[in-house]
Amino acid sequence: MQAFTITPGLWQAGGEARLISLSTVDEVIIALYFVAVIGIGVYLKKYTKTGEDFFLAGREMTAWVAGLSFLAANLGSLELMGWAGSAYQYGILAAHWYWIGAIPAMIFLALVMIPFYYISKTHSVPGYLKLRFGEPARALSAVSFGFMTVLMSGINMFSMAKVMNVILGWDMELSIWVSAATVAAYVFLGGLLSAIFNEVLQFVLIWLGALLIAIVGLIETGGWSGMVARIHERFPGADYTHMWRTLGHFQDNPMGINWIGIVFGLGAVISMGYWTTDFLVVQRVISAKDLRSAKLAPIIGAGFKMLVPLIVILPGLLGLAVLPMKLVGENDLAMNPGAHSYNDVLPLMLARYCGPGLLGLGITALIAGFMSGMAGNVSAFATVWTYDIYRAMIRKSASDSHYVAMGRWCTVIGVLVSVGTAYLVMHASSIMDYVQELFSFFIAPLFGTVVLGMLWKRATPAGGFWGLLAGTGSAVGLWLWVKSDPSAIQYVALSPAAKPMAENMFRALWAGLICALTTVGVSMATTPKPDRELVGLVYSCTEIPSEGHLPLLQRPVFWACVVGAVFVVLQIIFW
Amino acid sequence: MQREGMISIWFFIGLLLLAYGILILGTGIVEWSSPPAVVHAELHAAVWWGALLTGIGTFYSFRFAPGKGK
Repeated sequence: MQAFTITPGLWQAGGEARLISLSTVDEVIIALYFVAVIGIGVYLKKYTKTGEDFFLAGREMTAWVAGLSFLAANLGSLELMGWAGSAYQYGILAAHWYWIGAIPAMIFLALVMIPFYYISKTHSVPGYLKLRFGEPARALSAVSFGFMTVLMSGINMFSMAKVMNVILGWDMELSIWVSAATVAAYVFLGGLLSAIFNEVLQFVLIWLGALLIAIVGLIETGGWSGMVARIHERFPGADYTHMWRTLGHFQDNPMGINWIGIVFGLGAVISMGYWTTDFLVVQRVISAKDLRSAKLAPIIGAGFKMLVPLIVILPGLLGLAVLPMKLVGENDLAMNPGAHSYNDVLPLMLARYCGPGLLGLGITALIAGFMSGMAGNVSAFATVWTYDIYRAMIRKSASDSHYVAMGRWCTVIGVLVSVGTAYLVMHASSIMDYVQELFSFFIAPLFGTVVLGMLWKRATPAGGFWGLLAGTGSAVGLWLWVKSDPSAIQYVALSPAAKPMAENMFRALWAGLICALTTVGVSMATTPKPDRELVGLVYSCTEIPSEGHLPLLQRPVFWACVVGAVFVVLQIIFW
Repeated sequence: MQREGMISIWFFIGLLLLAYGILILGTGIVEWSSPPAVVHAELHAAVWWGALLTGIGTFYSFRFAPGKGK
């Protein structure tokens, strides 16, 4: 999930020496990519005339396109490099963020939550909150989402520029402006339709650019068992290749976390919050052409998500096995002149196996990942700003074309604010850590509010609003407590051996619980909405269309079971 | 997703992969006798990966060419 994938400190990577030099053919490959994404935006402009076209891609996406785009929007940011670095640092534990930290949530989204997002015909997640809990809950959610989204977009932009500077020696300001202008151009022209089309393209490029590392790496090590043997030989006593057996106690694994934090903090709260309520990803799903496609899209995304460790986690593990040097943490770079950081593992592996042409493809994969995430942020921001802030609070009755124009210009403004954030971070990199933490504050409580709203008809507008506020406030409070007194982590994460990753998981868990308890408490003391106002919004008041008449292979629930079974098997294999 | 007359995204993907495939395959062939200084250069990854991209790109370019329908 994007908000938690940027490995802290990547932007601090020092050293002016570039890791990779590109040949002419590599540069042609990268240039062709930019021509393609802009060309797609120009082509699609004529198909985006109405608000439904611009903000929801006409609600005409097939399950495959919506599903791949759903996943690609998350593959942005520093997903590829950050998690490959985490795999080098923590071993296969990092794969929890792809499996238990994603698959159950995606299945839950598909089978339980999508019907309400889809049937209610909402334009956004804050829009659902408006229908279910009223204007205050929408306003709180929309303003926080809009604000954080452009900030995150700016951070991603800066991070990409920094990575390109470290890897290729490219000028940072040029990278920022070229990537910003490209994303602004194609989202401005074609709105969500253009963003989704390009995300599918970017998804394919990411796979084809990064998969080769895993293939050649496994050839070099003699397969999985050969890789494990090499890791044991190079790091005796450390366990980098088991997912669950080191999670009994905080001190038994390099993440400093236990199974409770992973299962309940990551699996039940953070991933549920991110994958089911972050509008960046949900927007792709509700653009599907019908309810069945909308339900299938996250399941297709889940199927591919389970495979992403092949191009992210496996290269990190292969780096442990084959790289001649030992990589270090960002904070240790100053004490180890000439060393590379964990976050450099993917480009180092790229340079190890890929010559001219393939190197260009690999770098294009990285750029595609960055741009898909950035476009996801910008298109989601444009929708929430236009529908949930501008139309709701500033200009309530204007023509559809007026809102489309607002959406287009808001894309440009969003990108410019992102560029401003990128410059701000360039001069004060510590801001980035805070902004990422802030983003996480809203995710867990939002899930509590939305899921209670969908499943419990007794939840009242006041309960929804105060639950959301209390959950967010408690997350901020817990974070400030540990910031001012680091020893408080033993209370937040239930162990003095807990590390920051565990603190994040447990903070989300407490925030989600406080949100739920507050929502329930306030709801019991206030008057609920009548059932007739909850049709299409709440489980017990809504008739969900039956899929019983469909052949088994066309039913989303069947494919959800298949994905769930594979997920369980993977846990057993890598236990 | 397919409105009247709209070109499929898979066609654009096919075209780009075809261009990439030709470029990478061509580079691999040119460098066959003096491969780049990478690990396992003897595998000539650029040749077979380039051929794979060319194959996929050709298939998608034709399968989803404008006017062919779904």
